[in-house]
Order: sequence, then C-alpha cells, then structure tokens
Amino acid sequence: MIEVNKDNFEAEVLNYKEKPVFVDYWGDKCETCKQLMPDVHKLEEKYGDKIKFCSLNTSQNRRLAIAQKVLGLPTMIVYVNGEKAEVLTPDKISSAADIEEMLKKF
Amino acid sequence: MSNVYDIIIIGGGPAGLSAGLYGSRSKLSVLVIEKGKFGGQATTTAELENYPGSIENCTGPALTERMKKQAEEFGTEFIKDEVVSVDFTSDIKKVLCKNGEYNAKAVIIATGAEPRLGGFEREIELRGRGVSYCATCDADFFEGLDVAVIGGGDSAITEAIYLTKFAESVTVIHRRDSLRAAKSLQEKAFNNPKIKFIWNSVVTCAKGDEILESLTVKNVVTGETSEISVNGVFVFVGLNPITSVFKGHINLNESGYIPTDENMRTNVEGVFAAGDVRVKSLRQVITAAADGAIAAVAAEEYINEKFNK
Repeated sequence: MIEVNKDNFEAEVLNYKEKPVFVDYWGDKCETCKQLMPDVHKLEEKYGDKIKFCSLNTSQNRRLAIAQKVLGLPTMIVYVNGEKAEVLTPDKISSAADIEEMLKKF
Repeated sequence: MSNVYDIIIIGGGPAGLSAGLYGSRSKLSVLVIEKGKFGGQATTTAELENYPGSIENCTGPALTERMKKQAEEFGTEFIKDEVVSVDFTSDIKKVLCKNGEYNAKAVIIATGAEPRLGGFEREIELRGRGVSYCATCDADFFEGLDVAVIGGGDSAITEAIYLTKFAESVTVIHRRDSLRAAKSLQEKAFNNPKIKFIWNSVVTCAKGDEILESLTVKNVVTGETSEISVNGVFVFVGLNPITSVFKGHINLNESGYIPTDENMRTNVEGVFAAGDVRVKSLRQVITAAADGAIAAVAAEEYINEKFNK
C-alpha cells in the first residue's frame, strides 16, 4: 500500500493513469478502519496487479479528505484517470467483502 | 458432523466478549462470530466514564480490546464471518455463515443493536458526507467547523460534549423541551459555551452539494421551519436491534428485541441472548457484560444437564 498525503496525492492518485487507484480513507480514531486494514492488505495481494492500492490517513490530511468530499470513516474510493469511479461510504461497509465487491468491478 | 463447539456466541461486543470469557474460563469450547468490528458499538464511544473502574484513559476501543484479549487468553476462538441463517430445531444448533457452517450445543445471541436513522430527507445520500452516527470516528473532520447533534439522551449529550473538543459550535436539536440524558451530563452540556440548543424541533431535510451544508429544522410546536448552516450532523436517536436473521427461529417482541428470562434464556432451549439485543431497560456496556456472564453460566448449566448426564 502506498501512503498518500497532501504532497503526493496528485501524482499518485489524480494523475495516475496506468490502472485504477483504490484509496482507503482511514483515521487514527476509527476502529472499524483499523480492523479492516489487514483484510485490505489481503485484497491488495489478490487485486494488486489490476488496481493500485493507497491509504490516506485523514487525521493528518483533513483538508485533502474534505476536498475529496470525504467526511466520514471508513470511506473507500476507486479513481479511474483521476476521476471517482466508485465510492463506498461508511454505511455501505460492514466487512471486507463489501470492499471486494467494489474491486471486482475493475 | 464437523466440530461441535460447546457454545457459539454470535456477536463480538461487550456482551459476547464477556460470555466468551466466562465460557472459556469454565473450560468450554467457545467460538465468537463477528461480522463487523470486535467491540461492537462500544468502539464508537470515546469515553466510557460510566463503566466501573474506568476512571481515566478508558476509551471504548481500549476497553473492548482488553476484553477480547482476556477472553482469548482463556481459549475463546474468534472468527470474522456473517451469519446468514440458523437452525435451532435440534439439540445441536446450526449456525450457517457466509464462509462456513458451525455447530454448537448452545448458542448465545449477542448481536446488539445499531443506530436508528434520523428520518430526514437526503439522510442516506449524505452519509459519510456530513451525516454521521459515530462521533469518535468522524469528529476530527469538523475541527473549527459547526456541527449539529440530533437527540436528547445519554448518547446524544455525551457525544455533543465530545464534539466540542473539535467543532467550533455544537447545536443540539431535540424534539422535546427537556433532555432525557443523565443530570450530570445535562449540567456539563448546559455549562459548555460551545453547545447551543434548539428545543421542540426535528430535522426535516439535509441540504448541500455533495457534502452537507445546512439542515432544515422544524419546530414541532409552532410548525415554523428554519435553516441552520452546519458541516456535520451526528444522529443519536436510539437503536434498532440486529435480529432479522433470527426471525421465525426464536420469539422477538414487536420492536425486534429478544425477550429472555433473568438467566438470559430465550423461548428456545439452548438458545440464550445477551446485551443490547435483549428486551431490557438499560443498554450500557456494564449491563451487556453482566448479561454475557449470566448467559455463559446458564449455557454451561444447560449443557451439563442436557449432554453430560
């Protein structure tokens, strides 16, 4: 997983064109996010060749998250050519299976 | 038949974890099945100041993590899976999950409850975009911004106070003219300069382009409506039990909660319920933990009588 932040978000996510980019928006105080993390790493092993995996700590990059219209955790977004292609808001994530369903579309 | 556990506990919140601890300490084989996050709703609470012994640095996540570890040390097994159906008709109970089937002599249902929706327009659409049900998870997005809290009970007021650490202002919108929360909480809230109150009012609509910008608030006495500008709204208007998968297999009351006797027995032999999912007057970590302990002991007694004669 590539840790993205305000300095590299544009290069690693918005301007990246080779394959879809998955961004796991998480935060220091979000227990659900932390419990999902090992499963997301497993998903990277499975889908990493087709999709680029990134994570973004919103506690340290609040403005960036809000600019991406993320105001709740966990949020999972897949970007294609810098545009949001799929968004999973917190209410749509009860387990890693929900994330996998989204990734299967790419 | 595959491995038969003594007890399967469905749900890994404080009730399930405490049942796991008591069960495995009695040398029973115990499996806890959790679909989402271990710790349950307690992981969304920043400060558990009403749990005995938790005077300082006792966050919900920290406490429930310790509960899990303690149960694990005595031998409780944990898996992440989601229950899709159950068969409680034989002596050996079957629990069918997405990734496998599990069998046990007794089952403890500790699936808990989840936040009820506020019931205003565009609520679902703006979830994770300003509409939240978890202050601990999302509070730090709102540093220096204005937020609202809907509700007047313990959860609403506790979280409103917590949010003042981040937000510029916290407006509590409550449909009555007084709070239901504990008096000590009310006092803290009334003395907090960042907290404002809008009484006798409900939120009818959330507005905003992609993210929340304002709420339409209706006074239920006068019928007047007004707009308040907020970037976040936290909804704490009660709970719904998580019992749909058990419908038709055990008795539920009209709200979906599970009635039990004082030993946590449901109407089906060998099936127990513990914690928020049960019909009870006080839904707290302390009462969930107590339920879990009682359920595990009752399950042990049941197993001894039924299977070990």
